Amino acid sequence: MGDLKESASQTAGPYVHIGCVPSFAGLSGMYGGRDLGASMITDDVIGHRIAVTGCVYDGDGAPLTDAMIEIWQAAPDGTFAMDGFSSWGRQPSASDTGVFTFNTLKPAAIGNQAPHIMVWIVARGINLGLTTRIYFPDEDNRSDRVFTLAGGRADTMVATATADGYHIDIHLQGPNETVFVDV
Amino acid sequence: MTENLIKPRDLDWHPQPVAKDYRSTHLRAPAHARLHYAPTATEMTGPAFGHAMLGEYDDDLIVNYAAAGQSAIGPRIIVHGTLRDEDGRPVPGKLIEVWQANAGGRYRHKKDDYTAPLDENFAGCGRCITGTDGAYSFRTILPGAYPWPNGGNDWRPAHIHFSVFGDGFAQRLITQMYFEGDPHIALCPIVQSIPDAAAIDRLVARLDMTKTVPMDIRAYRFDIVLRGRSATPFENAMEGT
Repeated sequence: MGDLKESASQTAGPYVHIGCVPSFAGLSGMYGGRDLGASMITDDVIGHRIAVTGCVYDGDGAPLTDAMIEIWQAAPDGTFAMDGFSSWGRQPSASDTGVFTFNTLKPAAIGNQAPHIMVWIVARGINLGLTTRIYFPDEDNRSDRVFTLAGGRADTMVATATADGYHIDIHLQGPNETVFVDV
Repeated sequence: MTENLIKPRDLDWHPQPVAKDYRSTHLRAPAHARLHYAPTATEMTGPAFGHAMLGEYDDDLIVNYAAAGQSAIGPRIIVHGTLRDEDGRPVPGKLIEVWQANAGGRYRHKKDDYTAPLDENFAGCGRCITGTDGAYSFRTILPGAYPWPNGGNDWRPAHIHFSVFGDGFAQRLITQMYFEGDPHIALCPIVQSIPDAAAIDRLVARLDMTKTVPMDIRAYRFDIVLRGRSATPFENAMEGT
């Protein structure tokens, strides 16, 4: 022991919904009819409620309509364990438009890091899950070392403000290719 | 949290982003290398799931979608193993979700229109949480091989998809389990996008007669390894914790 290597990744494939969001996939009644991660706010919590929408685009500019997206973020209190809030969410991209929506709370800054949301994307054609971050247009991101490390491409991680929250376009390829990270 | 420092990932061990013979990667693989940085609190923490959320038959795909007294069609199997990290430590209390085609190679999914029929008693999904020793186990039926649109005569080996959580969200992993002796493993562009034969071999489950129940159900063993936790903390690693 002590010399094991991580199990190699394989694509989630086009049917990831069966395993991870079975109600969305139409498997009625599976797991009590509630897809895990569908609701992040589980109690009457204090915080700024936001809808974070997004869409993942392929190299032809077509939206991914078969992806699964998970997010992980700090709570408004700066922890990852606030009562009434899961910090974790999971959503499929819509099978027609490719848009995903997380109803969440705006994260607090943590330490020297600007408020951010970690995003993990899996789908057919993605051999190893892609991780990126969402930063906010109304925060000072220049103090954040991950943001600054991304240099001239950092703005691909900044969401735009919407009526009830924020939107992020994630480009897998092309001139606006999103910064993907791996610690 | 201080224990959850994440070791850098060996990206040469994983399947390459662009696999020439796996067509779907061509428009979905980023061109830039992944930006690497020392882990922060965001990567070192992750969601926790408790046994309380599990239903009685979540880990039994043979019956978890079946009508009363019915069961899924196909060779009955147990799939079991241990979840460890790269340092060999068992990883207890972690959610494992699985999904698969039925015995004829058909998924219960609106986008799967393969000729093989659906099994009305089989959904193809299950989940469990690793025990204190990192062990997991579920019951299912042997999935069938099936053809898939990739520009040629491509057939997937029989496989089960695995979604696995670790302590830190940076350990999050999705992979696939294959079956010992399947000739399609060597022919599959998805499997062969993994450059290292040893890495592929680790995704191949072995028949396990020690857990096979006589006159009832065969067992396959599949051990899973998550990224390890670094022995030497990175400088600045605790920023934001």
